[in-house]
Amino acid sequence: MTTVEEERESADGWESSGDWNGDEDRGRGTSSDRFDRDVLPVPKGASLALLRSLLSPRSRRVWVATVLLLLQQAAVQAGPLLVAYAIDRGVPALRDGSHGPLIAVGAGYLGCALASGALQYAFIRASARISQDVLLDLRGRIFRHAQALSVDFHERYTSGRLISRATTDVESLRELLTEGLEELLGVALSVVYISITLLYLDWGLGGAAVLSFWPLYLLIRSFQRRSMRVYRKRSTAIAAVIVTFTETMNGIRPVQAFRRERANDKRFGEQNHRHERANGDAILEMARYVVSSRLVANTAMAAIVLWGAYRVASGSLALGVLAAAALYLRRLYDPIDRLGMFLNSYQSAAASLEKIAGLLAQRPSVPDPTDPKPLPPRPAKAPGREVVFDGVRFAYRTGGEVLPRFDLTLPAGQTVAVVGATGAGKSTLAKLLARFYDPSEGRVLLDGVDLRDLATPELRRGVVMVTQEPFLFSGTIADNISIGRPDATRAEIEQAAKAIGAHDFIAALPDRYDTDVRKRGGRISAGQRQLVAFARALLADPSVLILDEATSSLDIPGERAVQRAMDTVLRGRTAVVIAHRLSTVETADRVLVMAEGRIVEDGPPARLIAGEGRFAALHQAWRDSLV
Amino acid sequence: MAVTSEPRAQEGGAAPRHRSATRSLLRLWPYVRPVRARLFSAAAVAVVASCLGLVIPLVLKWMVDGPVAHRDPGGVWLGGALLLALGSAEAALFGLRRWLVGRPLASVEAAMRADLYRHLQRLPVSFHDRWPSGQLLSRATTDLMLLRMFLAFPLTFLVVNGVTILAGFAILLSQEWTLGLVLVVPAVPLVILCSLFETRYATVARTVQDQTGDLTTVVEEGVLGVRIVKGFGRHRSQARAFRALSEQVRSTELHKARLLATLWALIMTLPELAIGAALVLGTVRVADGDLSAGTLVAFLSTAMTLRWPVESLGFLLAMSQDAATATDRYFDVMDAEPATAADRPRPARTRGRGGEGASGKDDTDGEDGTGGEVRTGGEVRTGGRDGPASKYGAGGRDGTNGKGAAGGLRFEGVEFAYADAPPEEPPVLRGVDLHIRSGETMALVGATGSGKTTLTALVPRLHEATRGRITLDGRDITALPREELRALVAVAFEEPTLFSATAGENVLMGAADAGREELLRALKVAQADFVHALPEGTGTEVGEQGLSLSGGQRQRLALARAVVGGPRFLVLDDPLSALDVHTEALVEAALREVLASTTALVVAHRPSTVLLADRVALLSGGRIAAVGTHQRLLWESAEYRSLMSGQEAEEGERSP
Repeated sequence: MTTVEEERESADGWESSGDWNGDEDRGRGTSSDRFDRDVLPVPKGASLALLRSLLSPRSRRVWVATVLLLLQQAAVQAGPLLVAYAIDRGVPALRDGSHGPLIAVGAGYLGCALASGALQYAFIRASARISQDVLLDLRGRIFRHAQALSVDFHERYTSGRLISRATTDVESLRELLTEGLEELLGVALSVVYISITLLYLDWGLGGAAVLSFWPLYLLIRSFQRRSMRVYRKRSTAIAAVIVTFTETMNGIRPVQAFRRERANDKRFGEQNHRHERANGDAILEMARYVVSSRLVANTAMAAIVLWGAYRVASGSLALGVLAAAALYLRRLYDPIDRLGMFLNSYQSAAASLEKIAGLLAQRPSVPDPTDPKPLPPRPAKAPGREVVFDGVRFAYRTGGEVLPRFDLTLPAGQTVAVVGATGAGKSTLAKLLARFYDPSEGRVLLDGVDLRDLATPELRRGVVMVTQEPFLFSGTIADNISIGRPDATRAEIEQAAKAIGAHDFIAALPDRYDTDVRKRGGRISAGQRQLVAFARALLADPSVLILDEATSSLDIPGERAVQRAMDTVLRGRTAVVIAHRLSTVETADRVLVMAEGRIVEDGPPARLIAGEGRFAALHQAWRDSLV
Repeated sequence: MAVTSEPRAQEGGAAPRHRSATRSLLRLWPYVRPVRARLFSAAAVAVVASCLGLVIPLVLKWMVDGPVAHRDPGGVWLGGALLLALGSAEAALFGLRRWLVGRPLASVEAAMRADLYRHLQRLPVSFHDRWPSGQLLSRATTDLMLLRMFLAFPLTFLVVNGVTILAGFAILLSQEWTLGLVLVVPAVPLVILCSLFETRYATVARTVQDQTGDLTTVVEEGVLGVRIVKGFGRHRSQARAFRALSEQVRSTELHKARLLATLWALIMTLPELAIGAALVLGTVRVADGDLSAGTLVAFLSTAMTLRWPVESLGFLLAMSQDAATATDRYFDVMDAEPATAADRPRPARTRGRGGEGASGKDDTDGEDGTGGEVRTGGEVRTGGRDGPASKYGAGGRDGTNGKGAAGGLRFEGVEFAYADAPPEEPPVLRGVDLHIRSGETMALVGATGSGKTTLTALVPRLHEATRGRITLDGRDITALPREELRALVAVAFEEPTLFSATAGENVLMGAADAGREELLRALKVAQADFVHALPEGTGTEVGEQGLSLSGGQRQRLALARAVVGGPRFLVLDDPLSALDVHTEALVEAALREVLASTTALVVAHRPSTVLLADRVALLSGGRIAAVGTHQRLLWESAEYRSLMSGQEAEEGERSP
């Protein structure tokens, strides 16, 4: 137990960063760590592939919506054509006493008006259905993926960033899908329709209109490029704001106790200001686009109308055609600045989609087996399962060896205590056994089956780990306990709570087992939460139980109750108990003392205490502390 | 307590009280005020630009009826030039509008967010216990973005389009009032339908926002509790729960879309029907020669120009409704009263009490001179102002040492019940009387859930005692400004939270004016010298965005934060729970020195921690059941014995 070991600590804590393993001669990993910036590598085309995979299961609906939109736009764009017809044919016909063309115009207009309304209704509903289904799918995928990614990913990709993937980024996609996309498609379609109609009405005017698309296209392209940069900056800025915000709200007690309010205001103010700048940049970029695109559009319109009027004046064009052209041109160019707006949401959605794709492209480093093997059936009275570490070595992928190669066999039913200073590798050992990590070399076997070959449900039925951070989910106490076994009855839940000594405090809560922990979450003490975590583990009834500092917040009666429970409950299980406190250790069948990633002592507690080794010294220190 | 509004997070659904959208939105005025000049001139610019658009058809009419009809190519050129000029002016004005409001609106959003953050930081802890941070976050991000968008578009364009529609109709009516009337009439049912839609949309919009907030909470939990989810292989059921919620969001969104679809259908059909009717009528009249072809063209052109302003009314109203909802949500939080709001009436009362104490009538410090209290009070003030350097702490101790009954930390009949606890539930603390003498270290021992942590939270006023009072060196804590109180009292929490800052900054949070030397000393005391071995030593970033530290490391940093600068009062909530035996012993040895010079309350679960203290208080049944030395309590109190050794620990002997 030298203080030198302290320096290695960060390699081992339950939330240690994989990249930094505590070797002081390895430079700080930060600068080269891609996790530090918000950029995960995105494979080429991943965004598109993601989009395709989201839309393809709904291709039928997409087709229906497309057809609806095509028809709807046709109905909408027929108007000016009918105007031209009315002026050029209807008026002369009327003068000739024929009402036919006018009636046709009236009927046509009525039909188009009704059709465009009805089709619009149908299209909005159809497209809402698609976009909501896509969002549902995407949200689910992100959530499931985040859950599937291994613990070391979570230790490095901070929760704030992960949360903003699932919220802000999904939100900007939602904005595009529900507000932007249909208009974007509508605009695109109307451009096509109008161009065709203009070309049909008059080759010259139509051609001129089509020619005007070129400068507009260039404008849009340059806007797109510039705004992409701005939007990236903006979304990074908002992510920083979110991280600070969440951190403050979750740590409000220390914030207030240490009078951090003002310093936080300042810090938040800076980040908020950075976001403000980026936000303003984005808006001004938009302004620049609106001016230039409008200018081009209006110039083009003036020129085309001028030319048309000139030709009508010189008799080479019908007046109705000019009127229709003027109306169409207005429609053609009107949405141009709105187009920029939609491109806006398209841009930020694309940036978000890329980030999401980057997240989804992260492969879990602890993958599910492709060909899962079952565990051998366990005889009714078999004492747990045997655990074998076979030539296991563990190093973080970025380098830095934590556990040098070792072999270890834990016979079925044995209770093994693992002790050692923080940073000795105890938690890593536990995480390998719980398959939070996979070993860099070698195998971890459960009753002879490699953990990597076990399907997740099978593995989790077999091995359960109770950590020192007793996180409670929103819901009732009973819900939280039954995380261990969702199909458990109330009686079983209470039994587990009783066995661990948690029943008393739960019974004293206002709604007993139905007390909502979020509403009163602040009031369930850390020790009580640990008891709930224990009850959860007991209920899960695993054949191998790992306790990682699971009693650190308990008081002594609580700890004793847990011990008593363990005496009865652990019987029939293989257990690995990591504890700073040695009270738990005395009841173990075997003690492993770890130092610097190695097992330096191994034996029954009595023998080790009697010896001269580290454990004897530790034990003496502990006895002294009890007084 | 001070909080009036209830979080609707869990309940979801519509707000019971319905404020009109306009009234909600009017509350934004204080934030808009600083940029009003820009906003108004932008609106004016937009009105002008929009009206220019209306002039274009008139030019068209002039061209058709004049030069075109008269076969006058020269006149056509003039018309073209006029169109170009109008078009350019329109473009420039549109750009000008955006340029005018761009930065100011970004700054409005930022100001509102900064205010929200500032306000939230100062709301009592009880508020935060009730509001999931996801709900708060969605207010700080989504809702504020909605508000900025509202100020940028719907607000301006409701005005602009309103003016444009009026001006347009005026032009239409003046040109040909019968035809104009045909177009104006359908506008009436349209407006009525829009307002009907507005009310229905409001409820749905609010529901969507609330449900999205709940979804955010589930995401947060899924991420923060990922180890448990994984450890129990619960990711499937977690995903199911998530799916259920997001399906809820989906169905509400679909409901919203249905409403929108209906509105759009109306908005598309009605004006189009009117234009169709006008076209037929107009054609007849042109044929009859009552109307020039140019007028008809201009007429239809104007009517079509007006379509966008009319059509847009619907979604502008929808956006305004969203914005009104967002405003309500924002002010739901902003209307919660900050912790300090409860203070105003109190200083007067406590000052009166202090006076009583000074004249020796306060029964709690009968034997000990009034002078002592006054003097200590004075010292406290000095200490507070000059920063809690250790020499003041020591001085305070010397000043009242021995018989300093008035000094130190004193709880008098302190009761505490959670504000949202049902009335029939007994309070957590039911009259705590405890006096920790100046310079003394008191261990606080009690069964799990006996209220130890709650009691410690009362000292820095993270929670407010519901009855009774707490004094520091004779001064009621409610009479002290919070800043000063919290500078006097340093706390280490059971769950150590580090912030995204350097390790050194995290420690120095405890004492703003402490220097490098103090930092090093604090690190030494807390046995947190591991910091020096971090890549950038005390300058290493830790917390959410920095290097992750183990629970024990974080606990030691939090302890260093509490002891840095030698605070006068120290409240430690089980500060050594995550340490291994070896480190714990080292910390204890070093901590002893610090404790010698401060008045400290230490929540202890273990004999080793208890031994840091001079005396021990046993908290049981919401009261202090016994006070004495460790040995004495071991001898006298069965409950204490069971708590400390785990022996004879049976239910009957625990809290009654």
